[in-house]
Amino acid sequence: MRKLTKFRKLAAALAAVCLTAVFTAAPALAADEIEVNEDISVSGDYDWRRFANDHITLNVYNWGLYISDGSDDSVNVISAFEELTGIKVNYTTFDSNESLYAKMKSGGASYDVIFPSEYMIGKMAKEGMLAPLNYDNIPNFANIGEKYTDWDFDPANVYSVPYTWGTTGLIYNTTMVEEPPTSWSALWDVEYTNNVLMFNNSRDAYAIAAKMLGLSLNPQSVEEVTTVMDALKQQKNVVQAYVMDEIFDKMEGGEAAMAPYYAGDALTMIDENPDLAFVHPEEGVNFFVDSMCIPANAKNKEAAEMFINYMCEPSVGLANCDYIGYSTPITAVWEMLDDDLKYSKIAYPDQEVLDKAEVFTTLPDEINAAMDAQWSEMKSFEEGGSGWMVIVMLLVALAISGFNIWRKLRKKSRDSY
Amino acid sequence: MNKKQSVLLQRTYIVLVFCFMYLPIAVMIAFSFNQSKSRSYFTGFTLDWYKSLFHNEMILSALGSSLVLALASSILATVLGTLATIGINSMSRRSQLLINNISYVPVVNPEIITGVSLMLLFVMAQNFGIGGEGGIFGWTTLLIAHITFNVPYVIFNVGPKLRQLDPSLYNAALDLGCTPRQAFSKVILPQLSPAILSAFLISLTYSIDDFMISYFNSGTMQTLPIAIYSMTRKKVSPEINALSAVMFCVILTIILISNALDSRAYRRNQKAIRKAMQAEGEGVR
Repeated sequence: MRKLTKFRKLAAALAAVCLTAVFTAAPALAADEIEVNEDISVSGDYDWRRFANDHITLNVYNWGLYISDGSDDSVNVISAFEELTGIKVNYTTFDSNESLYAKMKSGGASYDVIFPSEYMIGKMAKEGMLAPLNYDNIPNFANIGEKYTDWDFDPANVYSVPYTWGTTGLIYNTTMVEEPPTSWSALWDVEYTNNVLMFNNSRDAYAIAAKMLGLSLNPQSVEEVTTVMDALKQQKNVVQAYVMDEIFDKMEGGEAAMAPYYAGDALTMIDENPDLAFVHPEEGVNFFVDSMCIPANAKNKEAAEMFINYMCEPSVGLANCDYIGYSTPITAVWEMLDDDLKYSKIAYPDQEVLDKAEVFTTLPDEINAAMDAQWSEMKSFEEGGSGWMVIVMLLVALAISGFNIWRKLRKKSRDSY
Repeated sequence: MNKKQSVLLQRTYIVLVFCFMYLPIAVMIAFSFNQSKSRSYFTGFTLDWYKSLFHNEMILSALGSSLVLALASSILATVLGTLATIGINSMSRRSQLLINNISYVPVVNPEIITGVSLMLLFVMAQNFGIGGEGGIFGWTTLLIAHITFNVPYVIFNVGPKLRQLDPSLYNAALDLGCTPRQAFSKVILPQLSPAILSAFLISLTYSIDDFMISYFNSGTMQTLPIAIYSMTRKKVSPEINALSAVMFCVILTIILISNALDSRAYRRNQKAIRKAMQAEGEGVR
């Protein structure tokens, strides 16, 4: 509606001067921006309606809670896309890169747009599961900042368009530490025994120990894995708990002095508890980026590219960035942010932090296996008891079934009298 | 130990057991009214999560699919299972044993095996070209999968009831002039109806609850448990608490109503029996 009135005013003004000017002005205005609703407007020089009559359903598979979907008073970018293009979106969610991979490998589903993280993109691309993108259909790729493209996992961005990115870092409670930590080694400091939280997933925990030791977070050999895992074993006495999203409650409630976590979530925690602070340790951090890709078996590749293009629109990016809280790779979105977020060193660290940051790459199978095995060994290390319990339970089960068989047999022999 | 003490002990034990069962649910419901997203501190009362729940399209559409799927699959499974039970009941003893044991397998089988094996079957069917361009994964596979794991529960619910029935009931109905179809629909079916109803309810709850099997066979569809699971990467939103609280209350109401109806029917039945016995007694006298 607003667009219409704007147009009318413009037309009235121009009609006074010259009638033909209206006809040249009107397309120029339309070409500029299309307003879908009061929050979303998209560039007008793109043919958004070309599939409007084809009854296409686009299967989009994203992380849970990873798009501005209208909950919590946010903007619903999916329904805006449906309204804009006439394409129906079947939006479903997954919980980890691995379950995304398994779902795609099983052949049980075909998606049009997926949102894997960097190392999974490398793996999928290597296995031919992704389709090369046709950038003629994604002109908005130009909106993506240069420093977020061309990473090792997908050189030249053949398969992926960045969606959100972030870094890991150290979050700490200023009232509980003597002096602000600047190094990952603070997590090994015995002074904070039982006051340290740690990632409860092998890859992220490994990355921290590796960085602390000055190694790469992508090990090249099994020996390297062992060295790093030994460091994690030593850390175990200091660690209060291995957590994932329990960290929010623990850090906000002041139950632990420090913990490594993702920068975007650190911002949420600092909002809740102003005593918390965040630092990118000097040894370097993990840089992660979740990107949009199209599977090789996608049914509607061009419509999928339209969706990706739409997601790179500044207004859409802003809505998503507001909702998710992770950093945006779209320069125009960054410019629209509030100053405290825009210049936040947590969400948008200095170039030198990014220079030292490293991305995960796909590990060879044997190293992956070694990492998983040693991680579970580390976790069960010293806990004891659990190994014995299995044997005891097995023996009990055997005894019970033996007793049952014996009873049956006795009954049978009694019956046969 | 005197009697008073032992009564006290019994009471405490019962209270503890019920706490163990219901405290988690109570906590969950309490935190659905929590103002902040925290899961350990109660900061104030709000109904916002309920409001935003009913605006969250993804959760609502997942809930919708779950409900439709559960209803459709449990109705079909109940019909299939009841017919199967009647068929099984008229078999020879040996084949009855065989069929019953075969239907046990999906129940005792770990769900993940049922899920994966169904998925493999569907993938194979798809490779043979069944389902055409779009593949068969979606409603079709989910429905088949849910019916598959529901049918055994129906068989094991209706079977015992059918065996309790006097076998001469059917013959008596025929003697008194029923056609076989009438004998079934007017005599056998009403006798079975409580068992059939409870089988239906069990199927319904299993179907709404199921995660494993749906996870492998949903294709690009999403049922409620899958949607909730995928939200656990970030902090679980209290909307989920709100949704669970609503579902808990709805189910509790259904159970209470059905129990009340049951007990009323029972009382009426008892009364009728008493009256009949009295009448008979007077008749004898």
